[in-house]
Amino acid sequence: MIPSAFDYRRASSVEEALSLLQSTEDAKFVAGGHSLLPLMKMRFASPGMLIDIRSIQELQSIRRDGNRVVIGALCTHRHIANDETIVQALPALAEAAGRVGDLQVRNRGTIGGNLAHADPASDLPALALLYGATIHAEGPDGPEDYPVEEFFLGPMTTALRPTQLLRSVSFPVPDRGSEVYEKFAHPASGYAVVGVAAWVATDAGGIIQDIRVALNGVGYCAYRATSVEQALFGREATEELLEKASHLATEEVEVLEDVFASENYRRHVAAVFTRRAIRRALDKATR
Amino acid sequence: MAGKALKRMVKLDVNGTCYERELEPRDLLVHVLRDELGLTGTHIGCDTSQCGACTVLVDGEAVKSCTMLAVQAEGCSVTTVEGLGKMGALHPIQEGFWEEHGLQCGFCTPGVMMAAVGLLAQYREPTEEQIREGLEGVMCRCTGYQNIVRAVANAAERIKATESAEIQAAVAHVGERS
Amino acid sequence: MATVLGQRLRRKEDPRLITGKGQYTDDVQLPGLVYASILRSPHAHARILRVDASLAREMDGVLAVYTGEDLEGKLGTIPTAWLPPDSDIRTVPHSALAVHRVRYVGDGVALVVASSRSIAEDALDVISVDYEVLPGTADQEIAMKPDAAQLHEDAPGNVAFHWQVGHAPDDVFAHAEVTVRQRIRQQRLIPNPMEPRSAVAQYNESTGDMTIWATSQNPHIHRFLLSGILGIPEHKVRIVAIDVGGGFGAKIACYPDEALVAFAARELGRPVKWTESRREHFLVTTHGRDHIEDIELAGNRDGTLVGIRVKVLANMGAYLSTAAPGVPTILFALILPGPYTIPYAAADVYGVFTNSTPTDAYRGAGRPEATYLLERMVDLFAREIGMDPVEVRRKNLIPRHQFPYHNAMGLEYDSGNYHLALDKALEMAGYEEFRREQSRLREEGKLVGIGCTTYVEICGLGPSQVAGAVGFQGGLWESSQVRVHPTGKVTVFTGSSPHGQGEETTFAQIVADRLHIPMADVEIVHGDTDRISMGWGTYGSRSTPVGGSALAVATERVVEKAKKIAAHMLEIGESDVEFDEGRFHAKGAPGRSVSFQDVTLQAYLAWNLPAGVEPALEGRAFYDPVNFTYSFGTHLALVEVDKDTGEVELKRYIAVDDCGRVLNPLIAEGQVHGGIVQGVGQALYEGAIYDEDGQLMTGTFMDYAMPKARFFPTFETAFTETPSPHNPLGVKGIGETGTIASTPTVVNAVMDALQPFGVRDIPMPLTPERVWGAMQKGGMEA
Repeated sequence: MIPSAFDYRRASSVEEALSLLQSTEDAKFVAGGHSLLPLMKMRFASPGMLIDIRSIQELQSIRRDGNRVVIGALCTHRHIANDETIVQALPALAEAAGRVGDLQVRNRGTIGGNLAHADPASDLPALALLYGATIHAEGPDGPEDYPVEEFFLGPMTTALRPTQLLRSVSFPVPDRGSEVYEKFAHPASGYAVVGVAAWVATDAGGIIQDIRVALNGVGYCAYRATSVEQALFGREATEELLEKASHLATEEVEVLEDVFASENYRRHVAAVFTRRAIRRALDKATR
Repeated sequence: MAGKALKRMVKLDVNGTCYERELEPRDLLVHVLRDELGLTGTHIGCDTSQCGACTVLVDGEAVKSCTMLAVQAEGCSVTTVEGLGKMGALHPIQEGFWEEHGLQCGFCTPGVMMAAVGLLAQYREPTEEQIREGLEGVMCRCTGYQNIVRAVANAAERIKATESAEIQAAVAHVGERS
Repeated sequence: MATVLGQRLRRKEDPRLITGKGQYTDDVQLPGLVYASILRSPHAHARILRVDASLAREMDGVLAVYTGEDLEGKLGTIPTAWLPPDSDIRTVPHSALAVHRVRYVGDGVALVVASSRSIAEDALDVISVDYEVLPGTADQEIAMKPDAAQLHEDAPGNVAFHWQVGHAPDDVFAHAEVTVRQRIRQQRLIPNPMEPRSAVAQYNESTGDMTIWATSQNPHIHRFLLSGILGIPEHKVRIVAIDVGGGFGAKIACYPDEALVAFAARELGRPVKWTESRREHFLVTTHGRDHIEDIELAGNRDGTLVGIRVKVLANMGAYLSTAAPGVPTILFALILPGPYTIPYAAADVYGVFTNSTPTDAYRGAGRPEATYLLERMVDLFAREIGMDPVEVRRKNLIPRHQFPYHNAMGLEYDSGNYHLALDKALEMAGYEEFRREQSRLREEGKLVGIGCTTYVEICGLGPSQVAGAVGFQGGLWESSQVRVHPTGKVTVFTGSSPHGQGEETTFAQIVADRLHIPMADVEIVHGDTDRISMGWGTYGSRSTPVGGSALAVATERVVEKAKKIAAHMLEIGESDVEFDEGRFHAKGAPGRSVSFQDVTLQAYLAWNLPAGVEPALEGRAFYDPVNFTYSFGTHLALVEVDKDTGEVELKRYIAVDDCGRVLNPLIAEGQVHGGIVQGVGQALYEGAIYDEDGQLMTGTFMDYAMPKARFFPTFETAFTETPSPHNPLGVKGIGETGTIASTPTVVNAVMDALQPFGVRDIPMPLTPERVWGAMQKGGMEA
């Protein structure tokens, strides 16, 4: 289980990374390598060159910028899970990052690689959707921003162009409400069979003022469950209503199926975990 | 195949020793450790980054060396089980595994110990639940994990005891001077 | 000196393993080493029309490519070494590389040898093979249908063998008040020791010596078989297996791969290494279990069990692996009545060829299958007659005073106190209290259940006479050699081949105890056919009962001779010598003594030995046990089922095992822990799935769920000690008890939790979806 031969370069700046990418036909960026290297070992992917961007300093930081938190593409899951700024401002993101893979994977895997890889069962895409993140790319024609709603196009497919580098992701910080991430993990892979990120803001009377629900693991890419959101918006989340609304979680998508979870079962678990996530978000102290 | 043409000299810092080897970019860190450097304590148990038998420390963090290219480790400090501790001066995690019978066939053990060192860097006094969660990235087919969990807890105790002894010694030392 | 037997001693083997200095096969580095890789069939059943390896042969760094045809006449076929008597077994030819036809995904097609691991893999990509795909199936029931594709000319209907045993006539079932019937499917499991299989072979052209480092549970058996396959005389073959990273049965068999590596080493005059990838392990290392069982259990309303019979379709895979035919027959059927006084028992077993990886022994081998079906049936029976399942068990357990006990299949159980283990486990669990708590929790809508298993297992595989009678093509005795050096230090050579079980420690305890010397003075040597005269290896929970007993006997022989020399040194009669606290002294005159070391030195100096006594001091034993030993016990599990998702949480697990005398509780507990997890793996997580085309759908750790640390609570374990009268140590086996008992224990607990839904059975593994589905079907609201 060794990859096919390839060339390897290390880039020390975004500019260098982009020019190396342009100079070669089938080059790919690599950082943590936890999405790409396993595919290369199986020889499902055989790029001619890897451009290692891991040492580009400017992509490694997390900073608060007004009401947004900007996370460099090279920030690891471990970094994100433990970063004080993120734990305070984006607690569900910290929670999800802390549940990616395992300890070793979190030490090495990065948010940029994770989002660019766009595995439907990956944890972070749902969080990007939940918070309404913006993906900042850099290409030969300069920077380009992708609203997250336009970023995930399908399994392992994003709007990112082959000539672009994912530079950072910025998350608007909600000014009210509370949010959580619930995950039903595959016992073997650790990936999400169903992952649900939920953010809820209520008024003093318990009426839902705003709500966002995003799922991964269920469809061909992470998605917002707008039917669930609409069913609960402006209403009090009684157990009965919550139960009913949660069943709308898979309304808008084609549901995946594998040997561990059939379409029917996955649909059911999506409803259960949607209910649990919203309930926990409601029970959590709000900002 | 262009394999040969792509070889280059790579400098690796492993267990405090600097090695220089001619490598291909595709050479995985674990293969280089084992085949080129003769550090066969790090094992390979799978091809999909699941089992954790190949776990080493890279700049102090637990990493699966089957999912890292050797060229990527250039400029980093790598620690393998051979650099952890030797007989007579074992690392607390090695003491813990020995004391609590945390290993049977021993094949997963180096990787599990390295992952546990990473775990203990994150939790000073881990609960049983934190230890079990923290071992998500390793597999053991022999022990049923029970004694591995005990071994990690044992190591945490040892580390704590050593630290408090060091603190007491330092306090005593300061006391003597005053 | 306090005896070291029974002490909680940490292990002697650990220092090398925790410092990264173990010697596993893939660790072997030799000058001029080259690497092998094997091209494997992507089809479950196909004709090979053409293999074109010309591009691969031309690649830089490729030394050779061999196809099946290249090997014809040069390499023997892979043998089957267990031929159950009174069966029509067909041992079909199994070539090391497929010739003309492949029969499962993973069947070897070509062997590449190259200067590096990378090039060996690159070369596989450029070998082109034309296949004509044939129909086939991985399912044994489909394979037995009249229109099914035939795998082997010599096995019509794809039946490898048909074997029957026991006596349980229809009228037993007709007259019984209750008969419960159930079809149970024992899923296919993949052994997955953490160390993949590996072999390194080196051939010396001048001397004709072949050395093979291999991942082996039984190096001498491999020497014997590989000698035949390679056509190299046995005394010219050396197998070395120092550290082996777990076996669980998967490293017993003789595989094509090791033979291929040795063949290439001889052809090329270079040492050759091959190590399977995990992906290869999933495809080509033998799998376990895979039975379809139709069972009937008869009994009366007072709880008495009167008869059991089962028809089994055992999936053998594409070829008959080394010990495979013995697993669903001898090791399965003879223990069918379990620990109960069931007077009638019968089994009707078909071994079936399918287009799948060959199956063979997997931890427990046959005994887990028998225990699972029996314990599930006992629960169904208890439910049918409305009796507490624990009470049914208590009523039918063989009473203590009936040992030795002959079960309905003719096995003689050596010793037991089954009720004691049951009572102890119930007390540890707080069974009565739990049942009350369960009713309360059920009212709250919680799904909690408790499961029980009482089991007995055949272990300590031996004696050889029985091995012969049941068709095992080998002996089941063990060798031991205790070499005392002039300074009184001891080297032990054992035919057991431990690979995680800790015998370097327990065996040293046996010697240190008998010779009154420190543990540090004893070194255990195993796993090298050049250093050890003979051995039958480690499997079937036999190492301590058989290998350990061999060692006890050999050590006694050392003591006997040492006594003779001591008597001579003390100038007293041999019968007046006592050996105590490491010294030989005259009875009644403790001051007049010589130390063990004084004696060992004199034994070697030989200046003044008694008449008729040879110099040196060694004890040797070739020990054949008088019979099997039978470990037993009771396991209990407490589970909670998530009503929403069907997830099963194991809340508590209690194991009371009796393996006779416990030599080292630390090690024995470790064996139990590991066994439990492996058995729960079958109950809840693991299962190989083939699709209709014979493709393995669960071929990596990404989709085959191995048990992980977070799935388990801390287990509560205890031992009762009923010594075996069959060996000098009073020991039985402990390596497989956990696996045998835990699978039915956990499944029974889940079924108990689901009782409000009226669920009878869920096929293993009890994945969340299956449990949830069963609740949906059950329909009853809890």
